Amino acid sequence: MKKFSILIMLAPALAVIILLFLGGLLLGLLQSVNYMPIIGLNDFSLNAYASIFSDSQFLGSLALTLGISIVTTLLTIVFSIVTALALRQTFLGKRLVNFLYQFPITIPHLVIAIGIMLLYSQSGFFSRIATNLGFISTQSEFPILVYDDLGIGIVLVYLWKQIPFVGLIVLSILQSSGNDFEELAHSLGANKWQTFRHVLLPLIIPGILPASIICFAFVFGSYEVPFLLGKPYPAVLSVLAYRLYEDTDLSARPEAMAIAVFIAVFVSILVLVYKKVIKNVSGRAD
Amino acid sequence: MSEIQKQQAPRKQVNIIRNIVLLGIVLGVLLPMLPQLIWSITHRWYFPDLIPSEWSARSWEYIVNPNTRVIRAFLNSLVIASAVTVIGIVIGVPAGKALGMYKFKLKWLVELIILAPAIVPSLAATMGIQVIFIRIGLADTMLGVILVHLIPTLPYMIVTLSGVFANYDPEFEEQARSLGANRAKTFFLITLPAVFPGIVTGSMFAFLISWGQYILTILVGGGRIITLPILLFSFTGSGDNSIASALSIVFVLPAIIILIVTSKFLSGKSSGMGGFGSI
Repeated sequence: MKKFSILIMLAPALAVIILLFLGGLLLGLLQSVNYMPIIGLNDFSLNAYASIFSDSQFLGSLALTLGISIVTTLLTIVFSIVTALALRQTFLGKRLVNFLYQFPITIPHLVIAIGIMLLYSQSGFFSRIATNLGFISTQSEFPILVYDDLGIGIVLVYLWKQIPFVGLIVLSILQSSGNDFEELAHSLGANKWQTFRHVLLPLIIPGILPASIICFAFVFGSYEVPFLLGKPYPAVLSVLAYRLYEDTDLSARPEAMAIAVFIAVFVSILVLVYKKVIKNVSGRAD
Repeated sequence: MSEIQKQQAPRKQVNIIRNIVLLGIVLGVLLPMLPQLIWSITHRWYFPDLIPSEWSARSWEYIVNPNTRVIRAFLNSLVIASAVTVIGIVIGVPAGKALGMYKFKLKWLVELIILAPAIVPSLAATMGIQVIFIRIGLADTMLGVILVHLIPTLPYMIVTLSGVFANYDPEFEEQARSLGANRAKTFFLITLPAVFPGIVTGSMFAFLISWGQYILTILVGGGRIITLPILLFSFTGSGDNSIASALSIVFVLPAIIILIVTSKFLSGKSSGMGGFGSI
């Protein structure tokens, strides 16, 4: 009876995710290998994969996507810890700053992408200030921070969104661990840096790794921000995939699917490796 | 220097660093939201003017004008995000309860399946399923868009709720039943209030993920279902900063309202954020 009722409770959620998500992935995979008889694809082939992996445009996109994802994730970890350490202390206006800190979690990426564009582009607000102060004479002298080769504008938007997301988790770890360990370390003669390095950091890092993996996966696969703030070539993988998907030449479809499937598989492998590593590390600690 | 002063010097230094970080937080959060406020009431703003040369209400008139697509897009976004949230609650509460309160065989697999869409990008699944949606007539429809929005939202809803149910004590339900409360009364007076913070946080995630969605909407809606993000993309692409800015203010309003209503649920012990540690 109990087993049955648990199944009933889980059934709707599982049905939606299995049918739409896993089913969709499977259909994407089938289309990427050119085999889906109901839409007339009958010739199984791995041509799409062979062609994307030998395509310099795909490889450029892959490098850009990896770079943006790694840099964003590392900076998010650093700044989430720095800001959480500052926010945990008592200071004037703490409630207000705390409220502001939660702001980005609910604000859609799109809005901030437009804000970053209006601030940092060559005709943006900072470029205007630099011109008025006499640092530059024309807007083309302003460093290219949006629509740039490195995806700086894109990284800025993600940092804005993700630092508070991870930072709130750091804060909750710091709050729940209390001050006992730190006071003990301090009474044993540890200085502030030693206390941070050997007491707080080992508490924080395992706690934020899952969130960091989510951040990495999100940046790796998301479309909106890089479409708005990135260069058309090289574009990140998701933008490239959608561009091929929309191509009037239907023969580009399997390649589009192959790139989308690659994104999904890459992220899945990353998470599985992470889980495996975590399991081994914690297994040794026991 | 006396002993006390020596000890206070580093503290002062730490305070300065802390204040710089705090100032960074305030400016960092606020700055990217300010340009839209100015641009939305601007007619002409030539480079390198720091202040617009001509102000105008043109973009706001455009937005409230019933003949433009803005109101339609706003309503579409609202209907889709609300439907996604309600379906998310209906599906998510029992699933969250099952995962949070009970142990069962293959639980790890169920958790893996439910969490997967939160981590693995939905692009491949949506591009893949579109052929079926076209076949069964879900392409270019509101229902189709609502269905694909469920993919990235459900995991957040369920993880949040399972976190709350994990801290929930079923003893209270039994006590209420033994005191004579019927099932409905027990649910509304005992269960619901206990898990309410989780439902609020989960609904917030669900609503906002759907509200901010562009690529899934355009894939399945095919440009027929116009939502706010789709309008926002088209105005940003056309370089009309004034209308894009005004639209982005309209777009961000629900997020701000939701934040004000739910901010007390985000932090603190009953927070749904804790659930993400389990991934």
